[in-house]
Amino acid sequence: MMRVVIACLCCAVIGLAYGQQPTVEQRDPAIESRVRALAEELRCLVCQNQTIADSNADLAIDLRNQIRAKIKAGLSDAQIKQYMVDRYGDFVLYRPPVQPNTVLLWLGPFALLVLGLAALFWQLARRRRAAPAIDLSAADHQRADDLLDNSTKNRPDSST
Amino acid sequence: MLKYLAPLAIFIALALFLGRGLNLNPREVPSPLIDKPAPAFELSRLDKPEQKLSVAQLRGQVWLLNVWASWCVSCREEHPVLVEAAQTNAVPIYGLNYKDQRADALNWLRQFGNPYTLSISDPDGKVGIDYGVYGVPETYLIDKQGIIRYKKIGPVTRESWQNTLLPLVKKLQG
Repeated sequence: MMRVVIACLCCAVIGLAYGQQPTVEQRDPAIESRVRALAEELRCLVCQNQTIADSNADLAIDLRNQIRAKIKAGLSDAQIKQYMVDRYGDFVLYRPPVQPNTVLLWLGPFALLVLGLAALFWQLARRRRAAPAIDLSAADHQRADDLLDNSTKNRPDSST
Repeated sequence: MLKYLAPLAIFIALALFLGRGLNLNPREVPSPLIDKPAPAFELSRLDKPEQKLSVAQLRGQVWLLNVWASWCVSCREEHPVLVEAAQTNAVPIYGLNYKDQRADALNWLRQFGNPYTLSISDPDGKVGIDYGVYGVPETYLIDKQGIIRYKKIGPVTRESWQNTLLPLVKKLQG
């Protein structure tokens, strides 16, 4: 008997949970996916390293709602982005626009990489040039070996 | 000689960039509304909700729009400065009560003083979005033609009032 009661309670709870779905308005999946796409292109100015899609700041929630309202009003993606830029400036775009004042930002890393590689290769080339292979005659080779052997044997602290 | 100077030169260049970068505050996002007309609004007055105030009604005078809220902690920091500034009658200060409850806002003003000629309510923050508000408190300086000339992000300090806002107000008032 207890099991039946518990089963009924569980069904009631699950039923209530389903009943809590947002029925404020039917969420249109096409609009929602556009909202999400745009929200991922815009920066939350409160938590500046997050997009409006990721952030739970009040402003982010407001701006997501504003995007939804503008989509329903028929604005295009570009128009909505422009709407945000008009109010918050270029910084609201999560991907910085390619403009004269951001050229250094976009090209800088590649330029540094090229400079770094160039410096590396230049250094290597210099090293190679500065140390030419010296050809020793057989007699000189023998002299060198003798000197080297002697120097290790004659050291008082050699432990060979 | 050059090979010793090159790393030093690179280091100095990097140190200069770092020094410049550390002195910039990313929280202060420059507003695209500077030198543009103040966005139009028509909002209910906080004290008399049946009456409305619009930007057009404020043409012909230099005025400050201070965005504030009773839940905003930093606003309490700047409030004494605004109260003092209002007493000098240098420039009228209008308050934009941002995303707040009317009762809370009125209580807050009663408790901390009211420097505003009057305050208007923006309960859903729509006008705030038009003005590019992202972190209260923010203060806009608007000239006689209704053009935004300066935006102060963060609390107004005595220093910023004396050294930046007041001189600019005087200049715009002519």
